Amino acid sequence: MTQQRPPTKPLPSPTPETEYYWARCKEHELWVRSCNDCPVTYFYPRDICPECFSRNTEWIKCSGKGTLHTFGIVVRPPHRGWAEDVPFVVAMVDLEEGCRMPTNLVDVDADPADPSKTLRIGMAVELAWDDRTDEISLPVFRPA
Amino acid sequence: MASISRAAAIVGAAESDELGYLENRKSDLQLSTEAAYNALEDAGLRKSDVDAIFAGGNTLGLAEHMGIHPRFTDSTQVGGSSFVIHAGHALAAIAAGYCEVALVVHGNNGHSRRFFGGGAAEGGGPSSPGGQFETPYGFIGAPINYAMACARYMHEYGEERSREGMSEVAVSTRKWAALNPRALIHDPKAEIPLTMSFDDYHASRWICWPFHLLDCCLVTDAGGAYIVTTPERARDLKKPPLWILGAGEGHDHGMISQMPSLTSLIARETGPAAFKMAGVTHDDFDLAMIYDSFTYTVMLTLESLGFCGRGEAADFLRGQRTAPGGDFPMNTSGGGLSYTHPGAYGIFLVIEAARQLWSEAGARQVADCGLALVHGTGGSLSSGGTVVLARD
Repeated sequence: MTQQRPPTKPLPSPTPETEYYWARCKEHELWVRSCNDCPVTYFYPRDICPECFSRNTEWIKCSGKGTLHTFGIVVRPPHRGWAEDVPFVVAMVDLEEGCRMPTNLVDVDADPADPSKTLRIGMAVELAWDDRTDEISLPVFRPA
Repeated sequence: MASISRAAAIVGAAESDELGYLENRKSDLQLSTEAAYNALEDAGLRKSDVDAIFAGGNTLGLAEHMGIHPRFTDSTQVGGSSFVIHAGHALAAIAAGYCEVALVVHGNNGHSRRFFGGGAAEGGGPSSPGGQFETPYGFIGAPINYAMACARYMHEYGEERSREGMSEVAVSTRKWAALNPRALIHDPKAEIPLTMSFDDYHASRWICWPFHLLDCCLVTDAGGAYIVTTPERARDLKKPPLWILGAGEGHDHGMISQMPSLTSLIARETGPAAFKMAGVTHDDFDLAMIYDSFTYTVMLTLESLGFCGRGEAADFLRGQRTAPGGDFPMNTSGGGLSYTHPGAYGIFLVIEAARQLWSEAGARQVADCGLALVHGTGGSLSSGGTVVLARD
């Protein structure tokens, strides 16, 4: 008999363009790509700038400060990995560095009947970490 | 360069033999083939007349299943809008002489296939951008992705008025569905009251705030097809030709977190392009078929197409003017919200527009329907296709 393992949430599988990102996440640091030939800092990480198509791009370390751009309160689990975790908050955060990233908002009382109790678009948020495995830590955010 | 407006016409359109929550699971290929058979019969054409196939991805498999050897093939797959965009592609291919009889087809057993645990995420596998940066956070499935866009809209234009607009769409669309015998609303398993009230809307359970269940489209089993051909052939067939007057298409992102603005659709470009090609303006339409994956999608589409200003959809929709008897008939089949939506719905927008233009819509027939607008949205609010159709 095999022991039934609890269902797991899907994990990212890094590629050459993103290995550095996930390696820094493992150390609880958030780094994004920035272009040296145009004013854009962008997410998700790509070697070549999606704005001006320059190859002259670099990694920059984020402060971990941002504002909540939008969110949703997930009530029906989208995957068996979240079966015990609803409701939870999916969100997009505008980083201080100027790009927007998908994430979760944690340490909030997510109530679909009264979202404004703890969640307000434009609110300040700060970086936190969701250590999914020994290798993969997901950058998430909580109210600042 | 000369315009290709009116260089091709729709001459047949049909669904699969049955659609909805099917007792006996049919394959995508079977649903597609049934729909193709029925659309060819509707047109008075034979399978051997077909020399081009347009489908969302699997044209190899579909053409093989039907025994079609096309000389023109188009597998454009940009989400649920693909089968609206195919109308423009078929128009261009016919105008250029690449083919004469184009089959546009889609079938999907979305309901039968559905299982708890979710299917493939929009972003693809775990090494894709979506698989790395969205799926691990639970950005899985359209309701979640679209809900975040809607929440931003509420922030920009007010939650109460946004909700008012959403409820107008939710209720008016179900009124049309009640008049369509093929609409899933007639199946008790649909979880939609046959005479749905505003209270029913507000009381329906949460899927992902700000979406109630009754903000969300169905997931059914269904196939659909339509036939496009040359003006010469169109004039000799069973039905009056429905001219493709204009078409526009585009996309501006893939993943929802890459959407330039969560409150503006690429329809802002595809609409004017199609209207200009057709030589029509907003006030000319007798019918609007607007992809209603969610109530919010409809509001945003109306704004981006320019039927009203940004943030004004609630005012535009007020008073059930899109319902039966209203002055802006919209989504008369009952839409993806309550007629059918197998996972990608665009083809059914075209089928209903054709039926209205042919005066075949029975109890839901729009009087003197001569000019129809079709707009499909696909992916995570990513792609758009606008088509203008007219009878002679």
